Amino acid sequence: MSTSQFSTFNVGPHLFGIEVENVQEVIRYQPMTRVPLAPASVGGLINLRGQVITAVDLRQRLGMPSRAEGELPMNVVVRTDDGAVSLLVDQIGPVVDARDEDFEAPPETLVGATRYLIRGAYKLEDRLLLALDVQRTVEVSLAPSS
Amino acid sequence: MDDMDEIVQEFLVESHENLDQLDQDLVRLEQEPDSRELLASVFRTIHTIKGTSGFLAYSSLESVTHVGENLLSKLRDGRLELTPQITSALLEMVDAIRSLLGAIEATGTEGDPDHRSLVEKLTSLLEPAVVEAAVTESAPAAPVAETAPAEVIPAEAVTAEAVTREPVTREPVTPEPVTREPVTPGAITEVPAQRSAEPDFMPTGPLLGEVMVNTGRVHPDDVAVAVAEQHLGDQRPLGEILIDHGVTTPQEVSESLEAQSESRRSAADSTIRVDVELLDSLMRLVGELVLTRNQIVQHASTRADTDLVRSSQRLNLIASELQEGVMKTRMQPIDNVWSRLTRVVRDLGLSCGKQVRLEMEGRDTELDKTILEAIKDPLTHCVRNSVDHGIETPEERLAAGKPAEGRLLLRAFHEGGQVNIEIIDDGAGIDPRKVGAKALERGLVTPDQLARMSEREVLLLIFQAGFSTAAAVTNVSGRGVGMDVVKTNVEKIGGTVDVTSVVGRGSTFRIKIPLTLAIIPALTITCAGDRYAIPQVSLVELVRLEAAQTVAGKGIEHISGAPVLRLRGNLLPLVYLDEQLGLPARREEAEAIFIVVLQADDRQFGLVVHEVLDTEEIVVKPLGSQLKGIGVFAGATILGDGAVALILDCLAVAQRANVVHAAGDRTGLERSARSGVESAPVVPLLVVNCGGSRRAAIPLEMVTRLEEFELATIEHVGNHEVVQYRGAILPLVRMSRFLGSFADDTSERLQVVVYSEGGRSVGLVVDAILDITEEVLVASSDLDDHGLLGSAVVQDKITEMLDIRQAILAADPNFYSAGDAAREGAFA
Repeated sequence: MSTSQFSTFNVGPHLFGIEVENVQEVIRYQPMTRVPLAPASVGGLINLRGQVITAVDLRQRLGMPSRAEGELPMNVVVRTDDGAVSLLVDQIGPVVDARDEDFEAPPETLVGATRYLIRGAYKLEDRLLLALDVQRTVEVSLAPSS
Repeated sequence: MDDMDEIVQEFLVESHENLDQLDQDLVRLEQEPDSRELLASVFRTIHTIKGTSGFLAYSSLESVTHVGENLLSKLRDGRLELTPQITSALLEMVDAIRSLLGAIEATGTEGDPDHRSLVEKLTSLLEPAVVEAAVTESAPAAPVAETAPAEVIPAEAVTAEAVTREPVTREPVTPEPVTREPVTPGAITEVPAQRSAEPDFMPTGPLLGEVMVNTGRVHPDDVAVAVAEQHLGDQRPLGEILIDHGVTTPQEVSESLEAQSESRRSAADSTIRVDVELLDSLMRLVGELVLTRNQIVQHASTRADTDLVRSSQRLNLIASELQEGVMKTRMQPIDNVWSRLTRVVRDLGLSCGKQVRLEMEGRDTELDKTILEAIKDPLTHCVRNSVDHGIETPEERLAAGKPAEGRLLLRAFHEGGQVNIEIIDDGAGIDPRKVGAKALERGLVTPDQLARMSEREVLLLIFQAGFSTAAAVTNVSGRGVGMDVVKTNVEKIGGTVDVTSVVGRGSTFRIKIPLTLAIIPALTITCAGDRYAIPQVSLVELVRLEAAQTVAGKGIEHISGAPVLRLRGNLLPLVYLDEQLGLPARREEAEAIFIVVLQADDRQFGLVVHEVLDTEEIVVKPLGSQLKGIGVFAGATILGDGAVALILDCLAVAQRANVVHAAGDRTGLERSARSGVESAPVVPLLVVNCGGSRRAAIPLEMVTRLEEFELATIEHVGNHEVVQYRGAILPLVRMSRFLGSFADDTSERLQVVVYSEGGRSVGLVVDAILDITEEVLVASSDLDDHGLLGSAVVQDKITEMLDIRQAILAADPNFYSAGDAAREGAFA
């Protein structure tokens, strides 16, 4: 029985996961430079050890309400075809071993942006782990963001 | 086999370099046929290639170079005179060698090329040779047989290396007809033995005699005697003769030989080849270092720790030097690209039947390697274009009173962090009328658009896709791709292309490119709390307007909402950065307004920012693909405190704000060119009021300045109203009278639209200036009325389009005829 390792994090009410091999690192909140005229889900630019990378705000991307004032997001830096991109998330969760047999296509209850951005869900014992489609997530200009 | 591959590889790299040199030398040789130095250099190159190809068993290569070498040796000995045919044949040989090398590089073998006709051609050129044989005979030096034994070097020391490169042993040059120590066997054996004793090679290191004299082992006179004996037929190496004469010992000779080969090696080892990849990564690292340095320096300045401050200053210094050093490793003289052009110009000149003298100024001007690569093609195309279209045939030139030989000048120089490259010809120049006509024919512009264009703008049409002025399609240029590609390629690396031309006198193409792309000086500013960097390349000046000034009406004025600033008499359009970026405008009333005057294309505009901070060197970082589409940012950088700042793309900002119409025009032009249907052009207009409630529009391109004159300053010349303006007489025409409507002459101050061209100006007096607008002309009627081109709906109101040409002629009947033909061309 094969399993995949997921780096997990919370955004709003959901638990999301990205295969660990696609995650470069997880870092705490970094000051960001806003990018005028950019799509709404671009949170800003951060300085990752001398590299300028784009931070995509998953709440915006998933069409969720913004974080409350003073709540600082965490950065999950993922590897994509166009280099590193940071995903702004609410909280970092543990690394989870998910069994392939527990995987299912996106549940019918899921609609809108979330459905577009996930590959499917793993039925963990206590809750659902939504596997994020990283490529779709970072292509902010393409998808529904509302 | 690996060793072999390496040798082949080295041979290829070396030969390619040598061939470039060869092209250049041959072309120069044509101008200075007597230069022994050039001949020697050419001969040496061919000889080296021949030697190595023989060793590596590339027989085609060897046979081609062999005849070439024979030909060259005759030239060198003065038994043959250099004719254009010989030069052409030799250049053809260079091409053949190049293609053979290309085949070797690609497939590892020479393939099966047929160079027999070339070999025959070269051989036939050898024939009429013996004409000047007498010269060699009379030369004081007796021929030295080539097959003489090598010096004291044992035969087994003559390794493959020695053979592939050049003979190891050589002798002093002291007495005039220079002699050479007999060479190693193998390398030269195929060379006809009757050659004179001239050196095959320019010495690359010291000669044995020199070494021995310099180390005090022998007296110069003894060497001279020994050399003289060699001339007289003594076939022994110099060292042996010297030992024989008892002036030195075998011990000393072998020591000197060692020293000789050592110093030779050090000459070869003084440069190394470095992978560009490595340099690139080094460059990146240095970029990081510069950033870290900025951070530390900033941090240290806030601390009282003097040691930290001192070491941070030291770090600052070292990092700067390191940065400079690494930049230098990537810098190459522009000559690397130019040197190829000599050949291009020669071949092209011959095939077009034109005489062209290529001159170069500033060949050692250095540029980053990547940029150099990027401008190679555009530059070559520009030069081809100048020879093909610019310079006339000798007959035409003579008829025009110019020397038969055309002059093409390449000039490169640094200016303000940029490199300027100019391609200047003294040819026929570019006739704007022809350009305009061609552009019309190609459907690149509509007659309307053309009529409104200034001469400059018409000339710039040659950079449009699909434009070509060549009457016939030649194999050189004139395929309609070219100058637009030049422009695109140059712009891709952040450069600009410009052209100026005087009909009958010549044209100048000016390419401006940044020195390097990686690290640029920039101005940091703030807008709505964020910092942005503006590349200094676009920066013209900074203007600070005190709040008091703006209140007094001296500062920013509005023409119906469009902000402008009078800067030394010119109207500078203003762009608010916060507005353009969709950021909140300033809440509190600032005590001063900062305006960054920028150059975008050929226009200047003022960018209103919140604060101006500092200038610093920034490292350009690319933006993620998520942000590429925004357009107004050229990249990002990391500032001294570690924060990320966006770099503004000034041209894009200008286009976004419609300051630069080029982009809009261009898309409009492209649209009409593509559909073949005349589409409604987007035209910037100055809307004025004249003669009661009549709204009239003037194309903004016909507006040089807006001025206000006191009625009292008006004077009269004949029945014309004039005013003294900038030391000249400005004729005025009252638009209301010109249009035949009710004249409102009661105003104490006159609003005047000044149009200048070619040093002449006229003033159009209007009642009021209403607005500047950029409109697609929705509907137009051509109600034929005096002074009008028609009318159109501008901003939902019927607006008359003024016939400015007529109005100008009413003020100054000689306005157009007085100028030269070139200027008039713009309106033809």
